[in-house]
Amino acid sequence: MDMTASLHGLIGGVLIGLSATWLMITLGRIAGISGILGTLITARPRGDSGWRLAFLLGLVSGPALVILAGGGLGNVAGRAGAVIGAPAGGVATMLVAGLLVGVGTGIGSGCTSGHGVCGLARLSPRSVAATLVFLAVAIVTVFVVRHVIGGGA
Amino acid sequence: MRSVMAYIAGLLFGLGLAISGMTDPARVLGFLDVAGDWDPTLMFVLGGAVVTHFVGYRLAMRRPHPLFASAFQLPTRRDLDGRLLGGAALFGVGWGLSGYCPGPAFASVSGISLPLAAMLAAMVVGWFIARRV
Repeated sequence: MDMTASLHGLIGGVLIGLSATWLMITLGRIAGISGILGTLITARPRGDSGWRLAFLLGLVSGPALVILAGGGLGNVAGRAGAVIGAPAGGVATMLVAGLLVGVGTGIGSGCTSGHGVCGLARLSPRSVAATLVFLAVAIVTVFVVRHVIGGGA
Repeated sequence: MRSVMAYIAGLLFGLGLAISGMTDPARVLGFLDVAGDWDPTLMFVLGGAVVTHFVGYRLAMRRPHPLFASAFQLPTRRDLDGRLLGGAALFGVGWGLSGYCPGPAFASVSGISLPLAAMLAAMVVGWFIARRV
């Protein structure tokens, strides 16, 4: 096991947990990215958009700052210290995947952050169920793509 | 002040994604590929985040209201329905195909590429569709 990668994961995970806690203590909001971004774009709620924009600006500036700071704090697989990994497929695959992620998180009211991090921590039965479903389906999807269609690549 | 607080939260989240390597779809897919060369990193990310927020959420709830808002806004439903589970399943397929969930995809815009731009654009279209079904 790659201990450095795991340690990076743990430290990053704690930061994500602190982020969710900070947003809850200061503004009383769930740190779910599909909800914050999706609602901002599709509904543009009056008087409820400023904090969403500010959060998203922070979300983008996090990795940008790590890149600017140098020092190899990133954790891209096989490229020690790099911050942003390459997409796993071409434009066609990403269009299909993006559509599924958008529709799925839209009607399922959340993604890995809202259901996975915040929902599990709140012990929400809906989030526990959603997380188990999207994890299981994603594992099956990767198995089919890599080992059934791709022949074990 | 609300915007400053939200920016700090977003920044912490973005730093967490970058340092943990979740801005690399290969790390995510490596975790999901249980029959291949398994990468446990995501397990540490989710574990660290959930345990931290498990404690932090309970500390937050000891207050009568948030520091800069009049009330906590929390989901109240506890029932399971087809939209929740069906939506989660569709999301799982998209996540497994790309290795991107919404947070890492959006946080990666400083390393934008054509496939990532396509992913983000399609995701937004998906959100609009979800509001109509």
